[in-house]
Amino acid sequence: MAAQELLRIEGISKRFVKPVDLAGRIANMMGASNRESVVHAVDGVDLTVAEGEVVALVGESGCGKSTLGRVIAGIHEATKGRVFWRGQDIAKMDSAARQAFTLGAQMIFQDPMSSLNPRIRAGEIVGEAPRVHGLVDAAGQAEYVANLFRQVGLDPDYRRRFPHQFSGGQRARIGIARALAVKPKLLVCDESVAALDVSIQAQVLNLFMDLREALGLAYVFISHDLGVVRHISDRIFIMYLGRVIESGRTDEIFRAPAHPYTRALLDNVPRLDARKRSFSTVKGEIPSPLHPPPGCHFHPRCPVAGPRCAIEVPRRTTLSEGRIVACHLADGGVSAAA
Amino acid sequence: MAEPVLAVDNLATHFFTRDGVVKSVDGVSFTVAPGEVLGLVGESGSGKSVTGFSIMGLIDPPGRIVSGSIRLKGEELVGRTEAEMRAVRGRSLAMIFQDPMMTLNPVLRIDTQMMEAVHAHENVSEKAARDRAVQALAQVGIPSPEERLSAYPHQFSGGMRQRVAIAIALIHRPALIIADEPTTALDVTIQSQILAEVQKLCAESGTALVWITHDLAVVAGLADRVAVMYAGRIVEQGPVDDVLDRPLHPYTHGLIGSVPGDSLPGKRLMQIPGSTPSLGRLPPGCAFEPRCSRAVEACRAAAPPLMQGAGGRAYRCINPVSAEEAA
Ligand SMILES: Nc1ncnc2c1ncn2[C@@H]1O[C@H](COP(=O)(O)OP(=O)(O)OP(=O)(O)O)[C@@H](O)[C@H]1O
Ligand SMILES: Nc1ncnc2c1ncn2[C@@H]1O[C@H](COP(=O)(O)OP(=O)(O)OP(=O)(O)O)[C@@H](O)[C@H]1O
Ligand code: SF4
Ligand SMILES: [Mg+2]
Ligand SMILES: [Mg+2]
Repeated sequence: MAAQELLRIEGISKRFVKPVDLAGRIANMMGASNRESVVHAVDGVDLTVAEGEVVALVGESGCGKSTLGRVIAGIHEATKGRVFWRGQDIAKMDSAARQAFTLGAQMIFQDPMSSLNPRIRAGEIVGEAPRVHGLVDAAGQAEYVANLFRQVGLDPDYRRRFPHQFSGGQRARIGIARALAVKPKLLVCDESVAALDVSIQAQVLNLFMDLREALGLAYVFISHDLGVVRHISDRIFIMYLGRVIESGRTDEIFRAPAHPYTRALLDNVPRLDARKRSFSTVKGEIPSPLHPPPGCHFHPRCPVAGPRCAIEVPRRTTLSEGRIVACHLADGGVSAAA
Repeated sequence: MAEPVLAVDNLATHFFTRDGVVKSVDGVSFTVAPGEVLGLVGESGSGKSVTGFSIMGLIDPPGRIVSGSIRLKGEELVGRTEAEMRAVRGRSLAMIFQDPMMTLNPVLRIDTQMMEAVHAHENVSEKAARDRAVQALAQVGIPSPEERLSAYPHQFSGGMRQRVAIAIALIHRPALIIADEPTTALDVTIQSQILAEVQKLCAESGTALVWITHDLAVVAGLADRVAVMYAGRIVEQGPVDDVLDRPLHPYTHGLIGSVPGDSLPGKRLMQIPGSTPSLGRLPPGCAFEPRCSRAVEACRAAAPPLMQGAGGRAYRCINPVSAEEAA
């Protein structure tokens, strides 16, 4: 696929500084020395999205998926690194180009209820942004919104309803219609189907695929559900404690996962066709992002780790075109460095 | 076949609210044999938790068990007093919740809570109770349990808290455990660890398990038999392989087709139109009829009766999916 590059990020890091909490401050008064802590939520990530492409971010809770998604959608500013929209560095854009990026990349959140204002009618929720940004005038708004409702499979007559009068699946559709209203090129979907029942989730996933076809939309699809990701994405980025540990084409990663963590993740996914299985396990807990282990973040849980893994951060190694893994196994082995 | 540990027969639990009667559970029947794992699946609001709470005797007003019977090792539980139920709960019957803090008290140390659980049903020394607690924690895979005993719940991760809750449920080696989505909020690798522990413990102790979940794939990996709930009724049940490979009820069929990961990537998923009905206003016929592509005139007339199929299967459908169509 030689599609045009839509978005590129280079060396993106995002740090959060957590101030000392109340308990810590009280302890400090009694002589303790709690300091503010720093979370490396995202640590040196490179990624590209082509027009019309679906790129998935997967990983377990706290690995930085949402934070990275927010940087991509322009909601968070990165602590380090650069974001390019259609080849242009967003830090050096004039206001017109910046506006094109702001509207072009839209985010859809996990919980449609908390992201929809309960006191505003569905029609206004969807129609407000395009009017404010001059995509439609007041006279044309009703028809514009009605079309968006049809596009996401909602009856246009529902425009006068409030969010609580919709079911979960319908609310998800309103969130999608709101994002589509500003004619984006890229949708960042953060666990957008996680809260939905399976039969409703299938409706919304089908809608995402239909919209991709009809509008040529690209997606950054954030999910911890590997079944969903396998179904919908062209490429996958697997994250562990802020770092991308493997990336590549979805079918290749599912056929031959290269990183021990990816292998563990795929082995542990419940599947309809795996009956009465004995669940294999990765030992240990997911470490706190506040105190990530040194070297390879995965080494305390890794079944094949060696001495090098506890010391040295694995480099990114290209296995084949577009297939990257960060593991010493693919880069000279796990025994102590020469 | 061995006598079932649990036999639920025609159970109905309704909530009498100001807006009308909510028939959360309406005519549910199933049995669980010793050492067997029954997966109880269904979408949000289908009545899974209310079924579990009914068995535990934890239904509070405005809810009430209006009819039916629940027998644990042959003994009727419906109609028992709260004091009588307390003697059963924790001893021969235990429940694990999605949120482990339903079991754990945030302000008490783990050892205090676990020893309390031991003492609730057994008159043993402090030392013996403590040993039992250590043993139970080790059993669910908590490293260095002696040290962890003096911690408070908030000092554990979500997965660890769930293990402690499971350890407490297992303390008296109950005949039956009802697990209500205990791994739903956990990460894949942690969920897998807990499923492995639970599987091992039930196999070793012969404890029967009712595993409540909305995740068909978890049931596929864990359960011997599966019961599918829709709008307060079990619409289909039977051995896992039969139900998942040759579903009879159109709802089960649609649900299986909706699960991404198995059907071809990028292809449209089978989808069930519409959304789940409100329990206060169910249609007079089959509750699934408004969403069902196989509905015929008779489906609208009256709720389909329970039909018995071969090999311990049962379903509520007038026009079931044939084996060819299910393939
Ligand atoms: N605004 C913030 N302030 C401080 N820390 C934050 C903030 N947002 C995220 N973090 C921390 O950054 C890390 C990554 O969080 P993030 O929400 O990106 O993870 P995630 O992969 O989306 O997890 P989940 O699957 O649970 O949604 C976590 O340790 C989180 O606590
Ligand atoms: N205390 C109550 N008062 C009124 N209705 C109730 C009460 N408790 C439960 N219900 C109703 O009973 C129905 C079944 O609820 P239940 O909690 O058993 O669903 P569930 O299958 O466990 O769903 P979920 O997957 O969301 O946990 C729901 O419609 C719910 O609204
Ligand atoms: S670098 Fe080492 S510890 Fe990390 S995944 Fe590879 S083998 Fe395991
Ligand atoms: Mg997130
Ligand atoms: Mg429930």
